[in-house]
This record gives sequence, C-alpha cells and structure tokens, in this order.
Amino acid sequence: MSPQEALLKVDHLVKYFPITRGIVFQRQIGAVHAVDDVSFEVRKGETLGLVGESGCGKSTTGRTILQLYRPTSGHVYYEDHDLVKIKSEELRKMRRKMQMIFQDPYASLNPRMTVGEIVGEPLLVHHLASHKQADERVAELLKLVGLNPAYADRYPHEFSGGQRQRVGVARALSMQPDLIVCDEPISALDVSIQAQVVNLLEDLQKQFNLTYLFIAHDLSMVRHISSRVAVMYLGIIVELTGRNELYSNPLHPYTQSLLSAVPIPDPVAEEKRQRRILQGEIPSPINPPSGCRFRTRCPIAAEICSKVRPDFREVAPDHFVACHMVV
Amino acid sequence: MADLLNVQGLATQFQTREGMIHAVNGVSFKLKEGETLGIVGESGCGKSVTMMSILRLIPMPPGKIMAGQAIFQGKDLLMMSNDEIRHIRGAQISMVFQDPMTSFNPVITIGRQVAEPLEIHNGLTRKQALERAGEMMKMVGIPNVEERLNEYPHQFSGGMRQRMMIAMALICTPQILIADEPTTALDVTIQAQIVELVKRLRDELGMAVIWITHDLGIIAGMAQRVLVLYAGFIIEEAPVKELYAHAQHPYTLGLLNSLPRMDEMGYHRLTSINGMPPVLLRDVTSCPFAPRCTYKIEHCLHENPLLRTISPDHHVACWVDPATGKERA
Repeated sequence: MSPQEALLKVDHLVKYFPITRGIVFQRQIGAVHAVDDVSFEVRKGETLGLVGESGCGKSTTGRTILQLYRPTSGHVYYEDHDLVKIKSEELRKMRRKMQMIFQDPYASLNPRMTVGEIVGEPLLVHHLASHKQADERVAELLKLVGLNPAYADRYPHEFSGGQRQRVGVARALSMQPDLIVCDEPISALDVSIQAQVVNLLEDLQKQFNLTYLFIAHDLSMVRHISSRVAVMYLGIIVELTGRNELYSNPLHPYTQSLLSAVPIPDPVAEEKRQRRILQGEIPSPINPPSGCRFRTRCPIAAEICSKVRPDFREVAPDHFVACHMVV
Repeated sequence: MADLLNVQGLATQFQTREGMIHAVNGVSFKLKEGETLGIVGESGCGKSVTMMSILRLIPMPPGKIMAGQAIFQGKDLLMMSNDEIRHIRGAQISMVFQDPMTSFNPVITIGRQVAEPLEIHNGLTRKQALERAGEMMKMVGIPNVEERLNEYPHQFSGGMRQRMMIAMALICTPQILIADEPTTALDVTIQAQIVELVKRLRDELGMAVIWITHDLGIIAGMAQRVLVLYAGFIIEEAPVKELYAHAQHPYTLGLLNSLPRMDEMGYHRLTSINGMPPVLLRDVTSCPFAPRCTYKIEHCLHENPLLRTISPDHHVACWVDPATGKERA
C-alpha cells in the first residue's frame, strides 16, 4: 500500500443550510454557506488535520463527509463508492468503515445506557456479534482504550471527561473502521488529560493502521498529531500542505496570522516574537464577501480579490493555496 | 514596590450533599503595584474560587470562607461589611469573567451597563456616565460607538462583548484587574486581540493584573510571576522565565511536557500525567498530587509538603528534587 493512496476523496463539496421564514408556508430567504466548494483527499494511514476558527465549517465538513448531513452538491468518494449517491441501506453498511468521535464527551453518550451497552450497541445493530460475543468484545475494547473492563456496567455520569472520551473512542473502534473523523475530541478536556487522549489516538492509529480526519482549533495540537494540515476559513479551504511545510512556510495570509496568534508556552520565545494580529472578526457565512472570502481582513488584499474567487491551486509540490497574491 | 494586595492563608469550602469540598486550602500570595500575576491550574483547582473569595463573590451558603485574610489598602477585604466591599468591587478591584455571553444583562443596553459603575461609585449622572462609557468603548476598540451604546448584548459578537466587559471593568480605573479566563471562550485570533488590548491598557493605566488561565501559553507572554495551583494549594510560585525554564514541581513539569509546541522541530511523544485530579472531600494529609506523581517517595504519602523557598523568588511544595529524584535536604 503506497502512502499516497487516497482513502477518501472530497470533490467540490458544498453544504448550505437554508434559512426559512414562515410557519405553514416556509419560504427560503437565504442560506448559511457553511461549506462552499472544498476538495481534498485523505490518504490511507495518515492524519489530516482540519483547523479553523469557530464557524468556519470544519465540523460541518466532517459531518457532511460521513453523510450525517446530506451535501447540497459535490461528491465524497470512499475508496470507489460515491457516498452521496449511495442508498440508505448500503450507506449504513459503509458507515462501519467510517466512524466518528465527538467533541463533547458529556453529550455524545446516552446517559441511560451503561458503557458496555454503548460500546456494544454498534456490534448488535450491524449483526456482527451475538450478545455474548459482544460482551467479550466490549471488555477487549475497554481494555484497549485504557479502561477497566469491569466498568462496563457503569453509566457515563460515573466517569470523568477524559474517561468518557475513551468510551467514545472504544465505541468508534468497535466497528474496526478504517477512517475515524475526530471532531475536536480533546477541546473539552483539561490540559493534562488532553495528552492522555492524544497519545491513545496515536497508539491506536499505529496498532490498527487507522486513518484520521482530525478536526480541531488548537493549532499546536494539530501540528503534533497531523501528517498534513488543511486550514479552513469561512467555508473554504485556504491552504493545505504537509505539516512541516505549513508551520514553517505558511503562504496564505490567513494561515500566517493564525499561526502568529497562537501563544507559545515559553516566555523567552514570546518576547522575541513578532506578532501579526488580525483585525476585525470573521464575516457572516450568510452573506460572505465576494471574491476571496478573507479579503475583508487581509493585510495584502488587492482589487482582484473582491472580484474573482481565487482557485485552490498547487503552488509547490503538495502545497495548495487559495490566494491571488501567492505566486 | 509596595504590596497592593496581600492574601494570607485563604481557605474556602463548599457544603455539598457528599460533604465539605475543600476548594481552597490556605492560599497565600502578594501582588505588587503594576504587576501582572498569572494563576495557572486545571478546572477545579480553585483558581477562580480564590479570586471570587477575595472579592466576596462566593455564594454563601453553600460556600464558606473558613480562614485567611486579604489585605488591600490596610484593610481586610474578608472582614469588611457588605457595604464597604461594594465600594471596592468594580471601583478599585474589578473582574472580567470567562463567559462574555452570560455576564451581561440581556435586557439593558450595553451603554448603560458599561456606564453603571460610574453612576454607583463616582456619583456621575447618567448622561455624564454614558459619555465616559463611550470614550471607554472607543479605547477598547469598538467601532461606531455612538450607535452601539444603545444596542443590546445579543447584537455583539463574543469578542466584542469581551471588549465591553473589559471597558466596564476599567471604567472606574481600578488598581487591580482580575481576569478570569477571559479568552477561553474566544477564537485564537480574537484571543490575541484581547491579550494585546489588556497589555496595552495595563501599561497605559498602570494597573496590576491577575490573569487566571489554564493556558500556559498565554501566561508566558503576559505575566511577570506565576502561581500554579493544584487541588486548592499553591504548589509552585516563580517569576515567569524561571518557571518555564526551571520548573521544580512534578505537576508543573508534567503540564509543560504535556503541551505540544508550535515552534518545536520534529516529533516527540507527549508526556501525559496519568490519572485525574483528586476529589476534594477530605482534609489533606498527604501530597494531593502523589497518586499521579512519577517522582513520589514514601514521605509524600504521609505528609503534605508546604511551600518552601528554593531560590529567592522560587517556591515549591514538593519533598522531591526532580533533578535527583531524591528528597530535598
């Protein structure tokens, strides 16, 4: 298996959420342009980091890929299947191969089910195991994520945030997936617990040759875990390249400002740092700026930026940028 | 420089159904004029409760300040009458809270809320106060102030609301600004804006700042001195550069090593701290960090180490010297 082989291909994916008015006769009066034409691939065995600020569409992208939201247009190819065209029964079978870990470990586990039931349910739903087999598998999975198998009879409220997130990981693993979409899996956790969960994810990736789409807003953590990183802004991907390239040679002005805004836990480095602080705030995705989405906050915006939407082009091998000003 | 605030032996507990929660267990520190003090710790370590106790913002009951004093301008904040403390709060010591969404009254215009401290503390008329509020809002970088004075909190974004909180906190030019995780709910580019704003205002107005956070990154570029809290105890205190370069407590070391760094080259596995913070239901008789500590020795299980001085400005509460792994002499 070559490392370049794509497991998942996202092709011109668009997701608009309609805004309607009226109760009986709902008229559409606008749309939230949550994801507006993004294309990328996730390669087998890699971790693709997807970063951006809140409201940039990174979670929507993750959910639309898994067809938890049906896209407005575009295609998502998993191996050779177009998930957008697939019918529901087939899709359900495909979902085994693609799992998700959610951000909020408090809201994503059913409080009325024991941890054993939560982790074992996918096995029963997909008729992959009898109840007895499922129990054995649950014990294995809990051990795998660093929980005591004896905890299977406990309820989610008896666990801390970090432990719950481990339960979420165990549930995702129960299907032996190839791809896991991790939607901000650590942002609700304390610093010392974050490292535990990240290390666990890394270990599991090695052990089972998993592919991750890792959605986060913490740029230092994304740098740590990812092989390649995509930066999103207001529904589009502005830059996508290898981890080291992105952090040492960011080309898009948004990526540059974003990196410069991240505090470094070292007072000596902080003193020397030249910050470029971005002015203003992210515009509304209901009525995004014409042309380049970033132009309203961009320090180097020119006339063309308001007229023409920049192409997402490969400016160096495996380094994609959507900016007119980058040559 | 003179001590502006001197907190000694502060202890706060909360009555719950399971028993008394020992949230803060004898915290002592001083704040100098114009100084920026960082307070770092994870959720539940008592960092917010410490500050809220000093300003007497703890709901009582269930909370109770068990012991300690907080001397500000020769007077103990903890012994003051409600009326006296009200004249300090918002006027001489003010606080910015974590969540800019819930910290404003949704049915009163922003202008009136920002102006209110002036009406209360300085006896200005509403018109004068509003005018001053407008100036303050300009200072924190709100555009179109004249129109926006009459708008309601929901019409502002999170970053703008946090700016407004800062305007409200600073409108009576306090000597101490307590910022309780003011950027946690914000995006990183907005966080950078707020951090720069507070730094600028601090230097312009010459006030002291206490910045509470769980983010060791923000503190690095901001504070002069840092306290690290764990389980309601100060476990380490040092000037900022000393702390990041020569952290002595295993917990501080663990926190620093568990952070990925954006400027590092190559890859190294994160060192995680095993286990979880303790539940603070009992009186502490051993080191509260011992169950998670990789350096622990026999002594740690029998006696809780007190803060001791290891170099002039550097204090640590640990029996073990992490350099040798042996007990300190």
